[in-house]
Amino acid sequence: MQAVRKNPVAVRPVGADRPALSISNLSVRFGTRTILDSINLSARKGEFVCIVGSSGSGKTTLLRVLAGLGRADEGKVLFEGTEISGPSRDRAIIFQDYSKALLPWRTVRGNVALSLEARNVAAAEQEAIVAELLARMGLSHAKDQFPNQLSGGMQQRVQIARCLAQEPKLLLMDEPFGALDAMTRQTLQDEILQLVADKHIATVFITHDLEEAIYLGDRVVVLGGSPASAVESMEIDLPRPRNQLTTREDARFLAYRHRLFEFLVQKRSPVAPQRKGQD
Amino acid sequence: MRRLFLGAIIPASFLIVWEASSRTGLLTLESLSRPSDIVRAGYVALRDGSLLLATLQTCETALIGLAIATVIGIAAGTILGLVPTAERVAGPTIEALRPIPAIAFMPLALMMFGFGVGLEASVVAYACVWPILIVTIAAVRAIEGRLLEVAAVLELPIWKRMTKIVLPAAFERINIGLRVSAAISLVVAVTVEIVLNPRGLGYNLILAEQSLQIGLMWAQLVWLCLLGYVLNLVLSHVGRGPAAIWRPL
Repeated sequence: MQAVRKNPVAVRPVGADRPALSISNLSVRFGTRTILDSINLSARKGEFVCIVGSSGSGKTTLLRVLAGLGRADEGKVLFEGTEISGPSRDRAIIFQDYSKALLPWRTVRGNVALSLEARNVAAAEQEAIVAELLARMGLSHAKDQFPNQLSGGMQQRVQIARCLAQEPKLLLMDEPFGALDAMTRQTLQDEILQLVADKHIATVFITHDLEEAIYLGDRVVVLGGSPASAVESMEIDLPRPRNQLTTREDARFLAYRHRLFEFLVQKRSPVAPQRKGQD
Repeated sequence: MRRLFLGAIIPASFLIVWEASSRTGLLTLESLSRPSDIVRAGYVALRDGSLLLATLQTCETALIGLAIATVIGIAAGTILGLVPTAERVAGPTIEALRPIPAIAFMPLALMMFGFGVGLEASVVAYACVWPILIVTIAAVRAIEGRLLEVAAVLELPIWKRMTKIVLPAAFERINIGLRVSAAISLVVAVTVEIVLNPRGLGYNLILAEQSLQIGLMWAQLVWLCLLGYVLNLVLSHVGRGPAAIWRPL
């Protein structure tokens, strides 16, 4: 709780400017169709980067490459100096479709414990760690329930808890709150900000919601064009901790929204026909 | 209770008509014993232990065959379900072997194992492995891809991936194959005994027929019906059992 009150910039350890994640000239093709074209992007340690783009702009493809679940056809992705070649426990991914990502035959507790079992945490220690994470995510009362007995918001909390249990250095989130109602979404936005600030985890957060991106991010990256190539990066200089009312009413917030919106609209149309012709 | 009563009307009246018509001389077929004779013969066979021994022999062999089929079917099915290339390589062979009636392998099995458990269990295993294999392949393929991605991101080693993700996720479907094969195992075991193997219920049945103990033959037939009924009852309950046991893992 304390850490959040401080400015995250001040909390960042020395050497924070060295990029934790660096993507250079990343291209991904599905068959003859180019999805991502020469993407360049980097993220500092502990930075919260939001990626926005219209649907079909290759956001999820990019995130899957970062998770090691998708492969890059060209270019390089370095995480903490090592090239990403496959999935790793260091990079947790939170899927949008939480109901498919949870193990339906395991209770909430069992689902979170899966990460600990993967890390070979001794059975005796697991219980305490799980209990702490569940308390943190407000799931203590539901620990013995199965995923299909929970609401969408609760299920997504379980998935977040499971990802935290794997103690990642990078948190990848693929429109995690897209399927939730507005109230639940706002609560989870604040919870995730607090978690990430407490644990200094670098985060790449994908959304199609501009306001969500500005509200959460230290930086917002726009993925535009077809295939996605244009990456516009914008530092979000809004005070932390952020507040659902005051932050969103801040004049700077609205200015960011305005500029990003224009950029998104601009990028959507004219690039497409030219590029398609090349394939 | 009322349903039980209603359901019993037809078999009960059938038995009464049967008994009455054979006593009055209306029915003189040699192959039809009187229900009272059947009950008496069954009682004698139960008392002297021959029926129970035969039942034990048949069930034991059926279970051994089923167990072999289960291990092979689930192991091979999981690999074939997870690795598309393996399925393309092995698929045609499976399709060629599967339609061969298991009974056709009896002479071969006899040469390999001689009379006894080995002969019978191997034929049972051959008959039972296909439903389990085919259902397992389908079940593993139907596993939600997200779950496999979760396993990949958590870097679960192959063994944990199997026991913690793949098998629990596929279990309920595999279970259907197990139930089908369990029923097949009893049928095939009895068949092998009738045709070739001198042990178990099937052999006793054919022995009773050949020594013209028609009452005993009928008693064993009724006993087999009961056995099949009980097996089906057990399976439909056990089917839910392991799934429930697996849950807390």
